[in-house]
Amino acid sequence: MKGFVGVINLDHELDQLKELTYFRCGAAVPFAGRYRLIDFALSNMMYAGAQDISLFVRRKYRSLMDHLGEGRPWDLDRKRGGLFILPPDWHDPTDTSTGDLQHIHNNMDFFHRSTGDIIIHTGTQHVNKIDYKDVYAYHLEKGADVTVIYKKVDELMPEHGACRRIEVDESGFVTDIHQELDHNNIYLEAFIMSKDLYLEQVNYCIAHGKSYFFRDAIQNNPNHLKIAGYEYTGYNAVINSVESYYKNSMDLLCPDNYHQLFRENPVQTKIKYEAPAKYLESAQVHNSLVANGCVIGGEVDNSILFRGVKVEKGAKVINSIILQKCTIESGAVLENVILDKDVQITHDRTLIGDVKHPYVTAKSTSL
Amino acid sequence: MSKKEVVAMLLAGGQGKRLKDLTKSLAKPAVYFGGTYRIIDFPLSNCANSCIDTVGVLTQYEPTLLHAYIGVGNDWDMDRKNGGVFVLPPHERQEGSSWYQGTADAIYRNLKFVESFDPEHVLILSGDHIYKMDYQKMIDYHKEKNADCTISVVNVTLEEASRFGMLNTHDDLKIYEFDEKPKNPKSTLASMGVYLFKWDVLKSYLIKDEQDPASSYDFGKDLIPLLLGDNKTLYAYPFEGYWRDVGTIESLWEANMDMLSEAPELDLNDPNWRIFTRSPNQPAAYIAPSAVVQDSIVNEGCIVHGEVKHSVLFFNVEVGEGSVITDSVIMPGVKIGKNVRIHKAIVNEDMVLEDGAQIGVERTDEKEIMLVTNES
Repeated sequence: MKGFVGVINLDHELDQLKELTYFRCGAAVPFAGRYRLIDFALSNMMYAGAQDISLFVRRKYRSLMDHLGEGRPWDLDRKRGGLFILPPDWHDPTDTSTGDLQHIHNNMDFFHRSTGDIIIHTGTQHVNKIDYKDVYAYHLEKGADVTVIYKKVDELMPEHGACRRIEVDESGFVTDIHQELDHNNIYLEAFIMSKDLYLEQVNYCIAHGKSYFFRDAIQNNPNHLKIAGYEYTGYNAVINSVESYYKNSMDLLCPDNYHQLFRENPVQTKIKYEAPAKYLESAQVHNSLVANGCVIGGEVDNSILFRGVKVEKGAKVINSIILQKCTIESGAVLENVILDKDVQITHDRTLIGDVKHPYVTAKSTSL
Repeated sequence: MSKKEVVAMLLAGGQGKRLKDLTKSLAKPAVYFGGTYRIIDFPLSNCANSCIDTVGVLTQYEPTLLHAYIGVGNDWDMDRKNGGVFVLPPHERQEGSSWYQGTADAIYRNLKFVESFDPEHVLILSGDHIYKMDYQKMIDYHKEKNADCTISVVNVTLEEASRFGMLNTHDDLKIYEFDEKPKNPKSTLASMGVYLFKWDVLKSYLIKDEQDPASSYDFGKDLIPLLLGDNKTLYAYPFEGYWRDVGTIESLWEANMDMLSEAPELDLNDPNWRIFTRSPNQPAAYIAPSAVVQDSIVNEGCIVHGEVKHSVLFFNVEVGEGSVITDSVIMPGVKIGKNVRIHKAIVNEDMVLEDGAQIGVERTDEKEIMLVTNES
């Protein structure tokens, strides 16, 4: 094996996080105090040693590009290879591709120039710590053409409704991929296969007027590929709605989840040079995640504070997620609220959302 | 290399003996400060924020960590095509080889390096101090006074003066005498170890000083008196603001504690004057339901179950349930078990404190700062 080539395909990710995705795509949504959703997929690829990663984007990718830059935090600022953000750019007059195949067809140079020979293909709605080296070992052991990654969940959640399910036989091969809601093997929108076979399948799909690579080449499997199912047993969160965003964020306050997601192979993200968080004498902080640059004088309970949040003395933040650089002035009370970046909550203001349906405030507003 | 108006030379080779075991295997400029920084971040960030993009860093004592830390300098925006940061350890030459004999000797041995930028002025900095300073303002002052050398000074009390290199000046701040740690100080202007020279003047005096076998080749002790003796124009530049030499365990502890006040004199959170550092990129700190964190600085990667009051926790520190930490500085990666009590201590990097450990509780001297290292 020569190495991994990463493909992060955002084409099928809908911007369903209300105010949080008004101005950014889902992949750029901030998560867990200092990350954006894409950091998890990128970090997993980084730890697998992927040298070439392409990112297929179609809309609302400005903040994503700002976040990624040249890819230095993920070790992707390379002379050879590295990170390629590939927005739509279709100029081939003979091009007949449609759907996500357009991205692949119109960026064939990326695949030809990349040095790796195994494709890792993912999205960004699943936050996890997949070890792709281990997936590849399994892929080889099974002698599979494609290995799809799934997680058997104990309890089905509303956010799993939009996920595909993977049926696997005793020998570990996939017998069916479907969307039957009562099935617990959730497909994590991640598969690996050899680059040669991947491109062969792309050409087949285009020649047959297909428009959705995973569905048309793998799920429907017209060419009878040997598809293995790799069971991932670690932490996985599906973020595809405000409710799932809120619930999965809050779940990180459980030390077991925090450890699984963060302790080994730290997730990489854009570096900011904020000072460490400061707790004033009046601070009362319990069961919360606090990023750097925060200054806390008030009460913070069961909440997540992103970088640079100010909670003044006498302010209360409960069961809430406060994104970068928000200011909560004294006397303000927030409960079950998600504040997007740069929101200012003025003195004595009270905002209370529903436990299951938090109140979301769009970025750069003052209330 | 193309011409630069100002080249900075940062003296980072000192051992910092009085920091005891904290500098056992790293140079003083690499010592941690303020929950996430190393001391050298301050002069490097000052350069970056003052638009000085060419910095030579002179290393000698335990340089490996420092070299790796600075790397290509990208964290301080010094990975430049033209200029940037250059690490300059002593090196073998045709005339023979030796260590840097003193601060002036270190610059003398890198004359060719400075010369390659053909600078007008050379700024001499040290990697020992905590401060934020706009060097451009000093450069403007230096040019306005048409000085051969300008030395940045802070006001200290007469009692403190005997610990510093003092500058005796006329009313217009023109320097007539340098007084190293005077018993009977005549002035309250202490040198900050920040010197700005006209390059041609500095160069000729470095060469002159080097001829003197009796010299200790030190800026304060030898070079400045040599310039004064020749009636060169030296001015003191009064610096206003927070400046601390953190050369001892006590002063390092105290400066860390200074950061805890509600509006510290040295604002580490100023978006217009960031202190850049190599980020450990750790997850947001987790403050457990049982935790109490007040009057403290807690960096990312920390997991706190116990009580932290009036203390500084660097990244990746864990504090177990029932533990109480007061008036202390806990360096990166320290694991503190359950029911541990730490009072008025500096706990060195990566230490593991077992459940029930007691540090600094029973003490004979309330003022003493306990230093906890693998050696102690």
